[in-house]
Amino acid sequence: MGYVAIKGGGKAIGASEELLELLRSKQSGDAMPLDIDTIMHQLHSLNSRVLSEGGLYHPELSALAIKQCMGDTLEAAFTLRAYRSTRPRIVETAMHDTSKMRVIRRISAAFKDIPGGQTLGPATDYQLRLMRMDLLDESPESFQAIASTWLKKMPDEEIPLTFPKVVESLRADGLLPPVVQVSRGDAFDITREPMIFPVPRSAALATMARAEQGGLLSLAYSNMRGYGDIHPTVAELRVGYLPVYMPHPISGEDIEIGEILMTECEVVAMYEKGTDQDAKAHFTLGYGACFGHNEVKAISMAILDRALQMGASDGPSNPSEDAEFVLLHIDGIDSMGFCTHYKMPHYVTFQSDMDRLRATQKRDESEEKA
Amino acid sequence: MSPAAGYNFGFLDEYAKKEIRRATLKAVAIPGYQVPYSSREMPMGRGFGTGGLQLTLALIGAGETLKVIDQGSDDSVNAVNLRSFIEMTCPGIDTTTSVDEADLIQSRHRIPEKPLREDQLLVLQVPYPDPLVIVEPSEDKRKVQHGEADYSRLLVKLYEDLVHFGEITISHRYPTRINDHYVIDPSPIPRWDVPKIHQSKALILLGAGREKKIYAVPPYCKAEPLAFDDVPFRVEDFCDEQGVRRACTRCGCTTSFLDEFVDSTCGEKIYQCSDSDWCDEVMGEQS
Repeated sequence: MGYVAIKGGGKAIGASEELLELLRSKQSGDAMPLDIDTIMHQLHSLNSRVLSEGGLYHPELSALAIKQCMGDTLEAAFTLRAYRSTRPRIVETAMHDTSKMRVIRRISAAFKDIPGGQTLGPATDYQLRLMRMDLLDESPESFQAIASTWLKKMPDEEIPLTFPKVVESLRADGLLPPVVQVSRGDAFDITREPMIFPVPRSAALATMARAEQGGLLSLAYSNMRGYGDIHPTVAELRVGYLPVYMPHPISGEDIEIGEILMTECEVVAMYEKGTDQDAKAHFTLGYGACFGHNEVKAISMAILDRALQMGASDGPSNPSEDAEFVLLHIDGIDSMGFCTHYKMPHYVTFQSDMDRLRATQKRDESEEKA
Repeated sequence: MSPAAGYNFGFLDEYAKKEIRRATLKAVAIPGYQVPYSSREMPMGRGFGTGGLQLTLALIGAGETLKVIDQGSDDSVNAVNLRSFIEMTCPGIDTTTSVDEADLIQSRHRIPEKPLREDQLLVLQVPYPDPLVIVEPSEDKRKVQHGEADYSRLLVKLYEDLVHFGEITISHRYPTRINDHYVIDPSPIPRWDVPKIHQSKALILLGAGREKKIYAVPPYCKAEPLAFDDVPFRVEDFCDEQGVRRACTRCGCTTSFLDEFVDSTCGEKIYQCSDSDWCDEVMGEQS
């Protein structure tokens, strides 16, 4: 008799890979493969999500990940992250100032008018979620005409590229405490250091910035609904392109190397008493930021940041205020990996489980007889 | 995937390997202590042995021979996957299915039946590095309990099992005290394999990738499964209804851990060695 328990693993994996590749190309005979440029542009939101969860700003590779993973966000972010993890860390950048962001959208829910004005920009918020049947069979001509028509009717007036931050005006009014200055090098690098609790806020923010959007939203929503008490007001939500500076390899001077699309959100929450030095009460702040255009993620992160700060100072009274609970359960790569691992063979452990159950059953039987 | 494709020997960059080696040294120096490390994402699922894999990749060198097993078998899907990835990223290493030939053995859920030697290294893949997790969900609190060697709640859990079921219900991942202090989760090996850890001649390294911990049982180290004076630790029972020890239907061995399954053709229950290399070796001795 052959060794039946486990055999042919290699062959099975090979065949499975072929089938997956077949699934990826399963379309009519003259179909064209998805091109990376199309994914980068037309699947803007999907690409944003993968960039952010993958934790690597590389829109082209993230589009490639989406293509090869057939649109599975968890798998695509995972592929991008695994690529990232082979790259050594070569430099640490200086702190970046998001008031320098070339803004495509910025809104405040706190004030009717804000310095620079509200800019709705491209947003789904007030869109009616009706099926656009005309897109079922969209012609290339009408698709290509959209941008040219829009450009023609663009207003002549100059729109500023950057806007001041709303929180700065709150600080100027003394409603928010001044910023605590930290020096370069103080940020916790979650890719190079293990988190040992309690962790600094920078570790929490970095973990949330590449967290899985659904996981982050679900924990933030628990706080919004009542397992928590943040009641946030969105002081500002902005989406735009942030210039990135890196020290020049020779001169060491910071030089601009490009820009990244990112989303940033500040929420203002219930005020608290000041510290000893400054006895005045202030509003409290929650901060969220991530790669790409992911507004739900940035807001969720800002709410959780506030919740975690509250939990750190007063002790957690809800899951969303518990740093361990939040930070160890929001990573998509970790959680999906562990979830899928249950599909692997567990013959040995199950054999042990049966042994325990049978021993207990045997004991029950002999007790019944007695 | 060669170095030309942009990947380093062993996939990880040298900084990552150095960190893993340092964590490993610390783990060996403090038997059973879970050393945190940053744990890189690997190109396979967290939960598929990425902790063990990172240890193997950081420790193996050209000219060395590797054996990878999962559920006792070299041909299990995950073992095949891990082995081919390591072969692909570590040019110059050899692989084997024989315990005797291996310098480094990476395993999931089993320790080979054949006793290991001093010159061998066993890497175990770990999903849950902390045995206290069944009684305390917070890592922060568990760290304090470990420091104080406070395992009272685990012992209470074992006692409660006896009250509820008349049996200790922990079937695998059996909490084991190392060198009289730290209690470890020995990875999801069956209880059958726990005694093999005690005074093992080979160094045993345990890696949890997702939970970012490395711990070790150095050679010739004390390893005692938690038990009570009047309730001794017991391994899996492979006796039939008459109390006769079942034998492997293939090699006839009566001293190995057996897999039980239903034969798809005859519908009968079959018992076979879980350790395929052991089974082959016993077969070989008979012919």
